[in-house]
Amino acid sequence: MKVPLWRVAFARSGDKGDTANIGLIAYTEKVYSILVEDVTAERVKEHFKGICQGSVERYELANLRALNFLLHESLGGGGTVSLMLDAQGKTFGVALLRMEVDVPDDLVLEADHVSGWKPRAAPES
Amino acid sequence: MPDRTVRVGSGQGFWGDWQEAPKLQVRRGPIDYLMLDYLAEITMSILQKQRERDPAFGYARDFVDLMIDLAPDLIARGIRVVSNAGGVNPEACRAALVERLREVETERPVRIAIVRGDDLMDRLDELLASGHELCNMESGEPLREVRERVTAANAYMGAGPILEALRQNADLVVTGRSTDTALTYAPLIHEFGWAADGWDHIASGVVAGHINECGAQASGGNTLFRWREVDLVEPGYPIIEASADGTFVVTKHPSLGGRVNWASVTEQLVYEMGDPSEYITPDCVADFSTIRLEDLGGDRVRVTGVKGRARPETLKVSIAYRAGYKATGTLTYAYPEANEKAAEADRVLRGRLDRLGLEFDEIRTEYVGAGACHGPLAGPPNPDVPEVELRVSVRGEDRSDVERFTRELAPLILAGPPSVTGFASGRPRVHDVMAYWPALIDRTVVERDVQVEVTEA
Repeated sequence: MKVPLWRVAFARSGDKGDTANIGLIAYTEKVYSILVEDVTAERVKEHFKGICQGSVERYELANLRALNFLLHESLGGGGTVSLMLDAQGKTFGVALLRMEVDVPDDLVLEADHVSGWKPRAAPES
Repeated sequence: MPDRTVRVGSGQGFWGDWQEAPKLQVRRGPIDYLMLDYLAEITMSILQKQRERDPAFGYARDFVDLMIDLAPDLIARGIRVVSNAGGVNPEACRAALVERLREVETERPVRIAIVRGDDLMDRLDELLASGHELCNMESGEPLREVRERVTAANAYMGAGPILEALRQNADLVVTGRSTDTALTYAPLIHEFGWAADGWDHIASGVVAGHINECGAQASGGNTLFRWREVDLVEPGYPIIEASADGTFVVTKHPSLGGRVNWASVTEQLVYEMGDPSEYITPDCVADFSTIRLEDLGGDRVRVTGVKGRARPETLKVSIAYRAGYKATGTLTYAYPEANEKAAEADRVLRGRLDRLGLEFDEIRTEYVGAGACHGPLAGPPNPDVPEVELRVSVRGEDRSDVERFTRELAPLILAGPPSVTGFASGRPRVHDVMAYWPALIDRTVVERDVQVEVTEA
C-alpha cells in the first residue's frame, strides 16, 4: 500500500552551515531494503523542490538501517545569516517523512508493531 | 583489571541547556567524569564580543555557577569535569572559579587546568603573512577577502591538551575551542592508556563522544520514536560506560526519566552527520558505517565494532566574521481569513519599506501556522485556520536600514489589515549577523603553542 514515510521510518535532521542533513531510519530490515531502492537522492531533491537549491547526496548506513541525506543550499545561507524560522533544518526530518512510498501491507504492519502506531480514534461528537 | 569500566556522563549539550542535568548526573548515581559542552560555532563570536566589552568575560559564566554548586560533591566523589566552557577566555574562567571557590568548602583544594592555544585571533595576520591562506573549505576563497571583518578564529583542539591536564591530576579541565567529542574520549584515552595510533579505540571514543555531545538528544529528548511514551520532566542525560577494548554501553541513571534504546541512540548517531565513513576529528577518522548496536533493554545499548583510521595532519579552524545586520518582526492575525490578512499586511509592509528606499540583501516572509517549517511540502494552508503569525525578517549591510525596518511593524496594528494582535514584546531587536568561515590549518602550527596550566583553588 502507499503510505507516508513516517509509517515505516523515523528521522532526525540538523545542519552544517547551509547544508541540512536528514538521517532516515527504517523501523525494520525489510523496510530498509525498500527505502534503499525507493528513497533515492533524486527523489529527495524533487521532494524538497523550492526548499533545496543545491544537490542532494545520499549515504547508506545498513548497520543502523539508516540513510543519511545531505541537502546542500537549503538553509537560507545557514547559521546566523539565515532568516528562516528553521535555520538549522531541525524540522527537515519530518518534512521528508511526508514522502509517499509503496510498501507491502504486511511490512507496514510489522513497522506499525515496532512504532506502536495506531489509527487516531475518531473524535467523540 | 579487564572488566573495569569508566563512566563519562553528559551534563550539557549546548550553552543554555538544562541547568539541573549536570547536578542530577553527579548526585543520582555513579559517574567518573562529567563532560559539559558549551560551544557552538556561533557561540565563539558571542563570547568574543563579550570579551571586547569586558576583558573579564568571554567564557560560559553558567559553568562557574555550576561548579560552585557541585565542587564539594565532585571532590568527595572523585568525579572529574571536562568542559569547553573557557570559550575565548579560559584565563578569565579560571580567575572566576578561583575567586568563587573561596566561598566553598571542599575536602581538599580543587585543581583547575586551563588549555590555551586554540585562539588564533591574535595570530591571524602573522599566519596569513606566512602563507596560511585559511581558505574557506566550501567556497575555496582565501580568508584575506574578509579579514577586516573577522571577529573570532579558533582551532578545534583534540584530546592532547585534555590528556595533559588529566595527567597533572586536574579536577576541572577548562578548554577553549575543543571538539565536542574530545570532551568524552580524552578521559577514556587517559583511563585506558590507548595508544595515540590505536585508531579503532579512539574511533570508538569518538562515537561515544558524538552520543554524549548533545545531551538528552541521545536519551529520549527530541526523539521521534514512540515519543509519547517518554517522560522528559526530569530526564537522565546519557552516560557512556566504556571498557578498555573500546566497546561501551550507553545508559542513564535509572531513577531519572528519559529513555535510552536503539532508536534514541540511532537518532543521535545520524544527527549532523556528513559522510558517515569519514567522521574527521583531530585524533582519528571514525567510520560510523561500522557501528554495531545491541539494545540490551533496561535503558542500556551496547556499541561495538567501531573502526577508525589515521588522524589528519590538519586541524579545522572555525572563523566568524561580521556579515551585516538582521531583524525579525512578528504579528498575529485571527480568523476569519487569517491567511489573507497576514498576506495583505506583508504587502503593505513591503510597500512602505520600498517607498522609504531601504536596501536589504534579503527580505523573507513566513506564515507560522501555515507552512513556515515545511513550505510547499505542507500543501495549501487551511483557509479556516484560527490564527496565523506573520513573520518578516530582513538582512542588510546598513544597520540604519535594518533599524528602520523594526519601526515599521507596530504601525501595522492601527494602519494595517484587521484582527491583529501579538505585539506586546515591542519593537524587534537588531542583531549582528555573524557568518561562519570553516578552514584548515597545518596542526603543527597550532599545537606548538598549546599550553596547559594547572592551579589549585
